[in-house]
Amino acid sequence: MTAADVSAGDTAWVLISAALVLMMTPGLAFFYGGMVRAKSVLNMVMMSIVTMGLIGVLWVLVGFSLVFGESIGGVIGNPFDFAGLTAIMSPDAVVGGVPVLIFAGFQAAFAIIAVALVSGAVADRMKFSAWVVFAIVWALLVYFPAAHWVFAFDDSVSAHGGFIANTLGAIDFAGGTAIHINAGAAALALCLVLGPRMGFGKTPMRPHNLPLVMLGAALLWIGWFGFNAGSALGANGTASLAWVNTLAAPAGALLAWLLAERIRDGKPTSLGAASGIVAGLVGITPAAASVSPLGAIVIGILAGVGSALAIGLKTKLGYDDSLDVVGVHLVAGLIGTLAIGFLADPATPTGAAGLFYGGGLGLFGTQAVSAFIVLAYSFLVTGLIAIVLKKTMGLRVSAKAESAGIDVAEHAESGYDFSQVPYSAQNIKSTIVIPAPQKEEASK
Amino acid sequence: MKLITAILQPAVLTEVQVALAQHGITGMTVSECAGYGRQNGHREVYRGAEYTIDFVAKARLELLVTDEASEAVIRVITDTAHTGNVGDGKIWSTPADDIVRIRTGERGDAAL
Repeated sequence: MTAADVSAGDTAWVLISAALVLMMTPGLAFFYGGMVRAKSVLNMVMMSIVTMGLIGVLWVLVGFSLVFGESIGGVIGNPFDFAGLTAIMSPDAVVGGVPVLIFAGFQAAFAIIAVALVSGAVADRMKFSAWVVFAIVWALLVYFPAAHWVFAFDDSVSAHGGFIANTLGAIDFAGGTAIHINAGAAALALCLVLGPRMGFGKTPMRPHNLPLVMLGAALLWIGWFGFNAGSALGANGTASLAWVNTLAAPAGALLAWLLAERIRDGKPTSLGAASGIVAGLVGITPAAASVSPLGAIVIGILAGVGSALAIGLKTKLGYDDSLDVVGVHLVAGLIGTLAIGFLADPATPTGAAGLFYGGGLGLFGTQAVSAFIVLAYSFLVTGLIAIVLKKTMGLRVSAKAESAGIDVAEHAESGYDFSQVPYSAQNIKSTIVIPAPQKEEASK
Repeated sequence: MKLITAILQPAVLTEVQVALAQHGITGMTVSECAGYGRQNGHREVYRGAEYTIDFVAKARLELLVTDEASEAVIRVITDTAHTGNVGDGKIWSTPADDIVRIRTGERGDAAL
């Protein structure tokens, strides 16, 4: 294609969508940050924020190439094709009706949030340095390959793409397998190697700021319109359907989660509402362009109830997936991916027919196989990465740092200062030198 | 009667509470506080400006017990709160002259 094929309307929508998707990561930081205790809120937020830096740079260097470069056997893109993104700066580099550059930007935001999602499983206890190394290695060995398999279609950016998109032909509109099942399986493997938080199941670990959680959920929902409707890569009917489905599914999931809580626990909770929104968003992600709005509500309800029930498993089985990445992202991702096999509507742009529309069980089988491949690959390789890091640099902070709160130990900051008494002494080295008190005096 | 006051690491409070409950202690008062003893505080940095935080967050636990029970209570708290690290805290006991249960007007041991 040439520069003449670029559509201003489509490009405008993808530019906006890319920014919306990028906003989801700080949104996730608030969503996760509010759920941990006050003493470790900054570390939780920082795990998401540093991922924006790490994957932002890595994506320009080799990430886009590994995902969308000419496929090596359907498994991984050629890392040299678009290294540094200079090869796609030409005005003739066009995919669909948009410049390849903004497609690369849009997909960068996907890569960033996929990695950041995993951090919810390791709250309060993972060394920041270990997270930085993990994020880079996990992106290279797990996310980029999986994204190549699912997102790289033949003749879109390169002549040959990944094997799930082209050989298996599974439907994953905006990343149910590549992002949510992938991150959920990785979260499970990582938290199993890392071990539970000190006092898990014995001491209360209440969320310290639920309004922050709700703010995060709201930012995620807004950003998700870019995630799903932007995946149409155009301002068109597919984007419109994805947009409406991105409204309908979380709406259904939010109500379903609250109803499940009302029946099980007696009260509908704000954390349940926030979690329901995210579960519904995850559930509709793979199916956004292949089900009708009514189908989206069904997926939302299934994802909401499914995740609400799945979260109880962690206390029964004793693994500490701190913020329920498995319960929300893996479970709802699986529900959405598999539900396509039943609810895919031939009247949608995707045109596939699920079992309920006379399509037989073939589509369900394809969906299940692709979901299982990504799940198993992610779980195994993440487990190996975690074990290697544990044996070399170590994954956990000291017990002392963990019980005192990871923020001060890892970042030399505390999240909140509500004290009315002057607990601290300031020492600005460059301008004022305040003599340090003698140790003997300080200890009196 | 004794008033036992303990300054503890916030992280051990739940364990101490459980141990005391197992020992038959039916009530206590807990407050958040901050201070320092032999341990150092910690350092925080905001855009290059360093802050030395002298006062470390602690939990203050207070309970009223009979004279006979006080030694055992102090032992239970010591055993549970001990980690061996600097900053484990302190316990002291002071005589309590009289105790009144406001609801019933009972005095002394009967009010415990």
